[in-house]
Amino acid sequence: MRQLRWPYWLGVLLVAATLLLLPFALSAIGTAWVRITNLAILFVFLALGLNIVVGMAGLLDLGYVAFYAVGAYTWALLASPHFDVHWPAWAILPLGAALACVAGVLLGAPTLRLRGDYLAIVTLGFGEIVRIFLNNLSAPFNITNGPKGITRIDGLSLAGIQFNASETFLGIPFTAPIKYYYVLLILLLVILIINLRLADSRIGRAWVAIREDEIAAKACGIDTRNVKLLAFAMGASFGGIAGGMFAAIQGFVSPESFVLNESIMILAMVVLGGMGNVWGVIAGAMLLSFVPELLRYTVEPIQRALFGRMLIEPEVLRMLIFGAALVLTMRFRPAGLWPEKRHKQEMSVAS
Amino acid sequence: MNSVLLEARKLTKRFGGVIALKSVSLTIHRGEIYGLIGPNGAGKTTFFNVITGLYACDEGEVWLAGERLDLSRPHRVAAAGIARTFQNVRLFANMTALENVMVGRHAKGRAGVISAILRTRGERGEEAAMRAKAMELLRYVGIERRAYDLAGHLSYGDQRRLEIARALALEPKLLALDEPAAGMNATETEALRQLIEGLNRDGLTVLLIEHDMRFVMGLCHRIAVLDYGEKIAEGAPAEISRDARVIEAYLGQGAACP
Ligand SMILES: Nc1ncnc2c1ncn2[C@@H]1O[C@H](COP(=O)(O)OP(=O)(O)OP(=O)(O)O)[C@@H](O)[C@H]1O
Ligand SMILES: [Mg+2]
Repeated sequence: MRQLRWPYWLGVLLVAATLLLLPFALSAIGTAWVRITNLAILFVFLALGLNIVVGMAGLLDLGYVAFYAVGAYTWALLASPHFDVHWPAWAILPLGAALACVAGVLLGAPTLRLRGDYLAIVTLGFGEIVRIFLNNLSAPFNITNGPKGITRIDGLSLAGIQFNASETFLGIPFTAPIKYYYVLLILLLVILIINLRLADSRIGRAWVAIREDEIAAKACGIDTRNVKLLAFAMGASFGGIAGGMFAAIQGFVSPESFVLNESIMILAMVVLGGMGNVWGVIAGAMLLSFVPELLRYTVEPIQRALFGRMLIEPEVLRMLIFGAALVLTMRFRPAGLWPEKRHKQEMSVAS
Repeated sequence: MNSVLLEARKLTKRFGGVIALKSVSLTIHRGEIYGLIGPNGAGKTTFFNVITGLYACDEGEVWLAGERLDLSRPHRVAAAGIARTFQNVRLFANMTALENVMVGRHAKGRAGVISAILRTRGERGEEAAMRAKAMELLRYVGIERRAYDLAGHLSYGDQRRLEIARALALEPKLLALDEPAAGMNATETEALRQLIEGLNRDGLTVLLIEHDMRFVMGLCHRIAVLDYGEKIAEGAPAEISRDARVIEAYLGQGAACP
C-alpha cells in the first residue's frame, strides 16, 4: 500500500490539471465544444442516477427522463419571467432534486411488485405521462406554457457571479460555458463521491442484493419495499439536479427535451458502460455524448473531401453506428464495456 | 425462560388444488437440532417458506420465542430471528463472498443513505464491525480465503457453506437449513455435520430438512415426518425409524401390502 501512495497522488494531480485546463483547450478548437462537454457532464449525472435504479437495484426504468424534466421545469418556473419569480439557485436546485425525489417515490410505490418487462412498461408510461402533462398544462391555467416551452430562464448566479455573462479574470477570458463547466465539474465530483460511497455501503449492498436475488434479500432481513423506494428516490434526485442545471445553462426548456428517446439514450449509456460500475457508466455517458458530436463535425467534411458531396447524413450515420455499437457490445461484452467487478476490496486485504 | 423457541400452529398452505401443508403444528425447543423429513413433494420446503414469510399461508400462525410473527413481512421474520438457507442455493452471485455475508448482517445495522454519503463516524464504525464479523463467519465456516471471490465463482460445497455463513450473520435464534448436504460428497458432508454440531453446542437451535437418512438420524434430537402435507410422526430418531406410517410413506403402499 505504502509504495502505491505517490504514483497515486501524481495520477490524481494529472487528472485534476487536465480537467481544469480542458475548457481552454476545447475552446481553442471551437466554443461549441465546451458547451458539448457541459451537456455530456449533465448526461453523466443522469446516467449515474439511473445507474442506481437500473445498475445497482436492477429495476428497469424506461421513464427516467421524467425526473430530468421535473428538475428542469422546477428551475424554469421558479426563475424566469414566466411567473415573474426569480428564486435563487441555492433554493431551486435542491428543491428540484427534492421534487424529483418525490416523483421517484410516486413512480416507485405503485410498481414495487413489478419486475423486468412489466416494470419497464409502467415506467415508460410514467415518463410519457409527465411529458404529456408538460405539453398540456397550459390551459385553463398556463403553468408550463405547453409545447412552446419556457424561455428567458435565469442563469445560475452564485456568490455574486453571473454565470451567463463572460468576464475576464487575471487577463484570462472566462466565457459562460467555461464558467458553467467548473460548476458542473464540482457537482460531478460531489455526485461521483456520493455514488462511490453509496455503492460501498449497507444500502448499496442491499440494492445489489435485490438485483441479484430478491427472495434471498428478503430472507436476509432487507425491507425490499423501502430499499427499492430509496433507489428510485436517490436516482431521481440526480435527475432533478441535472434538469435544474440544464434549464440554467440552456435558458430554455420545452417538453421536446424530455422524450422517450432521451430515457433510452440514458439507459444505453448505463448498459453500454457497464451496469452497476460507476466508472463504466461515466465512460458510457461520455462515449454516447461525444461520438455523435464528433460525427456531426467530421462526417460532412470527410464525405465532401472524398466524394465531393454528402452521401450519408450525420444523423443517419449516428443511428447506424449507435445501433451497431449496441449490438456488438451485447454480443461480445454483455456486461458492458467496463463491467461491475465487486473485487475492489482485494487491494486492501492485509494478510 | 420458556423452553419453546418456535411454535407453528395449524399451518395450512394450498397451491390451487394441491394442499402442500395440511394443518401442520410443531414445536421446536431451544437448543435442539430438529429434523424435518419426508418424501419428495411432502411440503418440507413449503413449511420453510411459510414460517419465513416468503409464502403467505392460508391458515395458522407462527410464534417465535413467545411472540407471534408477522408473516406478511419476511424481513421482519428474519430480524425477529429466523435465518435460513435455500434448497437450491440462492446467493448474490455477483457479489463477493464477504459482501454476501455483510448483506446477511443487514438487519443488524442501522446506517442509512445520509450517513453513508457523509461517511459519519457511526457509519464507518458499523461498516468496520460488519466487515470484521463477516470475515469471522467466513473463517468459522472455513472459506475465508475465498472472501474476495465472487460468490458465483465458488465451488458448490463452498457456496453451501457461504449460505450458512450469510444466515449466521443475522445472529438468528433459529437456523433453518433446507437440504444442506444435498450434492455434497462424504468428506464435505462430514465437515457439515461437524459445523452444525459445533453451532448447536454453542447454543444455536437448528431446523434441518434432509434426505440423507444417516445424516439426519445421527444429528437430530427430534424429527418430524411430513407426507402429502401432513405431519405423520414426530419423535426421537429411534422412534421415527420404527414408525409403521413412516416406513409406509417412504417405501410406498406396496411395502405394506405385498
Ligand atoms: N410455488 C409453488 N406453486 C405451486 N405449487 C407448489 C409451489 N411450491 C411447492 N408446490 C407444491 O407443493 C408441494 C410441496 O412442495 P415442497 O417443495 O414443499 O416439497 P418438499 O417436501 O420440499 O420436496 P423436496 O424433497 O422435493 O424438496 C408439491 O406438490 C409442490 O409441487
Ligand atoms: Mg424441498
